[in-house]
Amino acid sequence: MVEFRMPSLGPDMEAGKLVEWLVKPGDWVKRGDVIAVVDTQKGAIEVETYQAGQIEQILVELDSKVPVGTPLALIRTEGETKPAAPPPKAAAAAPPPPSPAAAPSIAPMARAPMRPPAAPIAAAPPGVKPLPQASPAARRLAQEHAIDLATVMGSGPAGSITYADVERQLGKAAAPPERKRAPSLDLNAMRMAIAAAMARSKREIPHYYLEHQIDVTPCERWLTQKNQTRSPDDRLLFAALAIKSVALASRRFPAFNGFYRDNRFEPAQAVHIGVAIAIRGGGLTAPALHDADQLSLDDLMSQLRDLVSRTRAGRIRSSEMSDPTITVSNLGERGVEALYGVIYPPQVAIVGVGKSVLRPWVVDGAVGPRSIVTLTLSGDHRVSDGHVGALFLAEIGNLLQEPEKL
Amino acid sequence: MSNVDIRQAVNEELNNIAPEVDMASVDPAADLREVMDIDSMDFLNFITAIHHRLGIDIPEIDYPKLVTLAGTVAYLEAKLASAKA
Repeated sequence: MVEFRMPSLGPDMEAGKLVEWLVKPGDWVKRGDVIAVVDTQKGAIEVETYQAGQIEQILVELDSKVPVGTPLALIRTEGETKPAAPPPKAAAAAPPPPSPAAAPSIAPMARAPMRPPAAPIAAAPPGVKPLPQASPAARRLAQEHAIDLATVMGSGPAGSITYADVERQLGKAAAPPERKRAPSLDLNAMRMAIAAAMARSKREIPHYYLEHQIDVTPCERWLTQKNQTRSPDDRLLFAALAIKSVALASRRFPAFNGFYRDNRFEPAQAVHIGVAIAIRGGGLTAPALHDADQLSLDDLMSQLRDLVSRTRAGRIRSSEMSDPTITVSNLGERGVEALYGVIYPPQVAIVGVGKSVLRPWVVDGAVGPRSIVTLTLSGDHRVSDGHVGALFLAEIGNLLQEPEKL
Repeated sequence: MSNVDIRQAVNEELNNIAPEVDMASVDPAADLREVMDIDSMDFLNFITAIHHRLGIDIPEIDYPKLVTLAGTVAYLEAKLASAKA
């Protein structure tokens, strides 16, 4: 039996509120399935399971706020045999079996009595497949208007139900503007989370800053040519090239890719780029684009579009919040020529991408107009020095000279 | 498709990207990226949505013609008219 626990979705997260179960006891889940929705300071996060198996028990009731690490459910792994005699129904109200590993950290709230998932999931008759996935905003809107989600046709990824789908069901062409943003996003709470993380960063991390100007004319020409024959669905943006080049350079310079914890640096085995994404109306978050160094540019762009859309709709997944290994922030589109980021702990570096500006530039001994971008690096002096930081930035610049090879 | 329909389609798709914006208050001559806080990803999603909704191909080279609301509507009107001709 494996415990499905409240995940840590950032260095400053201590607790989360369980707002929805997408499974019920008896359901089979596979690795990567979203099985619960947790409300945090960064909004509602869809939590995936890393364990395949069958949901044995739900341990925490809805709307409970429990500390990170608290067991939320028990999953019977494949191959495990069920007890000979299933526990009587009344046992569902008993406290969960003690877990030596988690016991010390479980707060009283975490020991809330078990109960079946609340309606509408619990209302589903046995044997009926779980309700389709829906965004937290869609669920809330449906709940507010007593709409049965099973009757709504989803237009999101894998048929998931979006806010707009529920709106259509309601026959509302347009909701009042103040209700359109994903209601789960509490921007004040998000600001507090940002403040806590950034204050900790400035308190603990001895930053150093470098900047490097890069001729991105080859990228712009390549993108123009590449996108010329592509439908808008398949077009690439410079951001994809920048992220891929940072990912590849991070693999070569491991001192910028990993975590500083317990007074030591732990280089990460994979490269998960945290992409800084501005939330409309204020706020910022940096979920991970996993294994960015391994992705083709087309796949990276596709995943980036999906990540940005879901983030702004309040549908980030737990795995995306918990493990970025280095962050990339792009403020160039807002006219900023250079930004000096604050490292998001426990990461040890953040790369800033500035605006592309047309400048007189010397190429092969002749001056000509070229598109120049200022790349910056904020590095952690506990882990690296400016010398290797300069090499890291130069490597990114070199990679961007040959976009066709990214 | 009438000009009113095109304007409505543009407004709706922009509103899907920036739901908090009251489209009636957007100056038709203002830079959409600035007044609606739209970045290149938002803009690409807008172009994609219009492409699917109206069946109009919008090459990158034409993006400068879609900087304002008025310019966008005029561009799409012309494209649809030329497609009919």
